Amino acid sequence: MSVLLIAEHNNKEVKPFTLNAITAASQIDQDLHVLLIGSKADDVAKSLSEVPLVKKVLHIDHEIYENYIAENYTAAILKHADKYSHIICSANTFGKNLMPRVAALLDISQVSDIIKVISPDTFLRPIYAGNAFATVKSNDERKCVTIRPTSFEAAETTGGSAEIEKIDAADQTENTKFINREEIKSDRPELGTARIVISGGRGLQSGENFKLITDVADKLNAAIGASRAAVDAGYITNEHQVGQTGKVVVPDLYIAVGISGAIQHLAGMKESKVIVAINKDGEAPIFSVADYGLEADLFEALPQFLEELNKLNTIQK
Amino acid sequence: MKILVAVKRVIDYNVQIRVKEDGSGVVTDNVKMSTNPPDDNAIEEAVKIKEAGKATEIIAVTVGEEKAQETVRKALAVGADRGIHVKVDGTIEPLAVSKILKKIVEKENPDLVFMGKQAIDDDCNQTGQMLAAHLNWPQATFASKIEVNDKSLQVTREVDEGLETIEVNTPAIVTCDLRLNEPRYASLPNIMKAKKKPIEQINASDLGVDTNPRIEHIKIEEPPKRKAGIKVASVEELVQKLKNEAKVI
Repeated sequence: MSVLLIAEHNNKEVKPFTLNAITAASQIDQDLHVLLIGSKADDVAKSLSEVPLVKKVLHIDHEIYENYIAENYTAAILKHADKYSHIICSANTFGKNLMPRVAALLDISQVSDIIKVISPDTFLRPIYAGNAFATVKSNDERKCVTIRPTSFEAAETTGGSAEIEKIDAADQTENTKFINREEIKSDRPELGTARIVISGGRGLQSGENFKLITDVADKLNAAIGASRAAVDAGYITNEHQVGQTGKVVVPDLYIAVGISGAIQHLAGMKESKVIVAINKDGEAPIFSVADYGLEADLFEALPQFLEELNKLNTIQK
Repeated sequence: MKILVAVKRVIDYNVQIRVKEDGSGVVTDNVKMSTNPPDDNAIEEAVKIKEAGKATEIIAVTVGEEKAQETVRKALAVGADRGIHVKVDGTIEPLAVSKILKKIVEKENPDLVFMGKQAIDDDCNQTGQMLAAHLNWPQATFASKIEVNDKSLQVTREVDEGLETIEVNTPAIVTCDLRLNEPRYASLPNIMKAKKKPIEQINASDLGVDTNPRIEHIKIEEPPKRKAGIKVASVEELVQKLKNEAKVI
């Protein structure tokens, strides 16, 4: 049986995490079909068909799918899901919202947020904010699985030529209406996929002081993250939050500034390749996961850091 | 309007988890337990809606072993009117919990069901959406703001790109984000009063729901440890290390 991956997109482009999920799905079974549910999303269908790991693109095109509503997506998935052994999508807010609704209606106990495919029915997943890893085997005949995108490489996007098959839409719900989405536009790399992330915590003391972080981020072409404490204190908006209930990031370099390192924050960043902690409290738990710790007042250290970066001849982008 | 709030008892969020040596799970003996944090937000929101005169009754429900009742008692102390404890021993998966909650919803006929968006123990993030599916109700997940209208809710949701607002007709399921509100502490008089509020006990087996796990936990292990890092003495040294040793800038 083939596996079915549900694509996330904005009717113009595929969202990057779908490419990570494609890699994971292809490790479960190479006969990988992608379901694209959208409105006037032919460009998305084409780009998905060019992903070499994708064997077939199923495209549902209807105006009711202009905005993503889990109830409408679920109905569309159920209409076409019966031929598949696995239904898969990314474990970001898109997939977390959608997959359990699908799984419940198929009477499948979902496996959430896997970080490794051990076999088609056995997976590794973090529990307790990543403080334990569970090897789990699904005994349901068919599986619903969500993928932690940062644990899998993004799939290649060129060279493939999968068939695109147009299929039927399902009924629309009358009980849920999309009102609006406030997307924060930024020229910076996306937090979830950036090579470098610099995050600020409560130690920044105010929203204005985040400028110290922004200046370094500009220099390094880094994404900006934050601890929940900083978000709760109103220093920065929620989409920057890194942690158990925020985003999970795995950059090459993670710089934690004025962040003490609560368990919930560590859950979102401790798989980063290189971790730097700058904190004036030498006992802060963040130092226990840092490759390089600097015990210093961030208000002195950050301007100095920028100065030292300016002295370098080249900086990797 | 009647609001049902589902709460779960979990290891307290401040406890450092220890994995059992035999790989069978994590240590829970003599470990502090609490209400799952976003479930506290769910209760708080229900209480605020009732205080605003828009709800008449709040029922707190939990599914779990004998001691899970503590979380219902806590909900009663912050403002829920009565409680339901569905008793079940051993591991229970979100799919089974959602089926049990469906039975409770059919019995109580609430207009709204609130719960936390995710439990901090198994980190599944499934139960609310699954309950919505079983009931064929709309779902508003990861809510950071709720506006109650006559026959609908306007809910602001925290999504990867920022904030999204949807309108759902009631009855509906809302799963709550930590930023929805600031949960209050129970006052001592209210804790005393809560002891007199009724908690109905129901055995899961009497509800006719199959609670057998479908997912086998083969092994629970500690995540790989990071190798110990070093402390650098100056910003200059830090930049040199990042450039020449780690080669990341």
